Amino acid sequence: MSEGSICLKNVTLAFGEGPNAVTALENFSLTVRPGELLSVLGPSGCGKSSLISAIAGFLPLRSGALRVDGEPGGEPGSDRGVVFQQPTLFPWKTVRQNVEFGLKLRGLPSEERRAMVDLILFKVGLFEFDKHFPAQLSGGMQQRVGLARVLVNRPRVMLMDEPFSAVDAQTRLMMQELLLQVWSEYGMTVLFVTHDIDEAVYLGSRVAVLTRRPGRLKALFDVDLPRPRTVDVLVSQEFMKLKRSCMDLVREETLGFPWRNEKPASKADGCREALLVESANAAA
Amino acid sequence: MSATLLSVEDIESTPPAKPSRARWGFGSLRRIVIRLVALAAFAAVWELASATKTRFIINFAHVPAPTMVAEAAVEFVQAPKSGRHIANSVRRVAIGFGLALLTAVPLGLLIGRSRVMEDVIMTPIEVLRPIPGVAWIPLAILMFPTAEQSMIFICFLGAIFPILLSTIHGVENLDRRLIYAAQTLGAKKWPIFREVVFPGALPSIVTGLTIGMGTCWFLVVTAEMISGQFGIGYFTWESYTMQKYPNIIVGMLVIGMLGMASSALVRFLGERLMPWQRRTN
Repeated sequence: MSEGSICLKNVTLAFGEGPNAVTALENFSLTVRPGELLSVLGPSGCGKSSLISAIAGFLPLRSGALRVDGEPGGEPGSDRGVVFQQPTLFPWKTVRQNVEFGLKLRGLPSEERRAMVDLILFKVGLFEFDKHFPAQLSGGMQQRVGLARVLVNRPRVMLMDEPFSAVDAQTRLMMQELLLQVWSEYGMTVLFVTHDIDEAVYLGSRVAVLTRRPGRLKALFDVDLPRPRTVDVLVSQEFMKLKRSCMDLVREETLGFPWRNEKPASKADGCREALLVESANAAA
Repeated sequence: MSATLLSVEDIESTPPAKPSRARWGFGSLRRIVIRLVALAAFAAVWELASATKTRFIINFAHVPAPTMVAEAAVEFVQAPKSGRHIANSVRRVAIGFGLALLTAVPLGLLIGRSRVMEDVIMTPIEVLRPIPGVAWIPLAILMFPTAEQSMIFICFLGAIFPILLSTIHGVENLDRRLIYAAQTLGAKKWPIFREVVFPGALPSIVTGLTIGMGTCWFLVVTAEMISGQFGIGYFTWESYTMQKYPNIIVGMLVIGMLGMASSALVRFLGERLMPWQRRTN
């Protein structure tokens, strides 16, 4: 599968103008290989979600270049499916109608749609719930509908923005297993944003660690854990080692937060200091 | 294989049914009896006050007693003209309300989605909106060739503002994330409008329709009192000028019932349009 590469070069993302401007990502470069599951790990507020918004086409770049399969991302579209942190299902549509939405927009005939939706609902274990409205489902089930709604369009790229952070720990494990399963079956590129170290390492083929805001790429490493991965991986030596190094990287970032410092430095000072430390790290 | 992922969570996910304790529902036989007694007591006090021509703050000398009202009500039901009174009022409300709905909902959706539209359309509306519908009556009579048309126009005015404002409110308060979600699923402008913006605003629109229906009745009755030939408002006012006092109260009761029935109809249709709300609440 050669489809689904994402290439970001010197990308800067920001919100607002003038003195109120907030830079989310700065001079950020990253290449996501076709068909890989890349975890993006970083402290909260580091611009991970902005990265998703930019690739999805919601947030224009301030500078730099973005290519999806060699073409500029442009307007949002179903080739770059997004699974949001909240399920964001249409409350007025049944489970089936929610999942069918993308297919209907493409003008597929109804029998074809029905078959495709049946299949995907079966895969996410919600076949019997097709006539339910979202409000009648639990959070985990809603998120599975959100996943199905994207998968049914067979996107080249699936962008996932902390999709399992709002569900309980047990459901999360189940959702992660489900994701690995559909990913290995469909082979699309997945960009998985999370702040959960275990999750990043467990799921990812590679893990990209971001610095705190403005986000830059701090580290990028391979996860050589064998696939198919099951929950057993979570207690293996290899996993622990990777988790350890991830934790150190993330800790460096969170320790740099201004409020963790004793001296009442202004926000800007704290930022500059942290940036210096970071660039020293990068140079080393 | 993935079907096995169905687990305890799914079984437990159906929310437990809430114990239904409707505040004004007919709970038990005992409550029904209490209510009937309360109603009878109210009528008895009224009857007594009318019979003795009590003058304490309210002058009951000319207020017809419930028994007289009941007699008049029987007469009203049998009178051939009654149906025409009711039909006229209902028709005026229906046309005025229908026109308001057809104008206000599309306008509201447009204004809610477009800043330019908001500036162009809302500015004159904001000037006109504070003027009470009743104040329009003299001008409405001048503006239209027939009294019928001016009364329908007054109804229309009563309904259009609440419907318009609720529609705009519904569109503007729509969860932005739903629009983002639709876009990433491949939806462009018109499908987003039809599949996301409109159903998303619908609960608010229906609220506006219920309020609009109320103001519509309020205004049709007033308009009929001034320039009607038939209609329940006209009937009530005519009863006063002709000194058929029990009929005033019959007219009032009929107005109340018509208002209640039409609100119930709007609510019923609203629930039919929004099954997702009915099933979840």
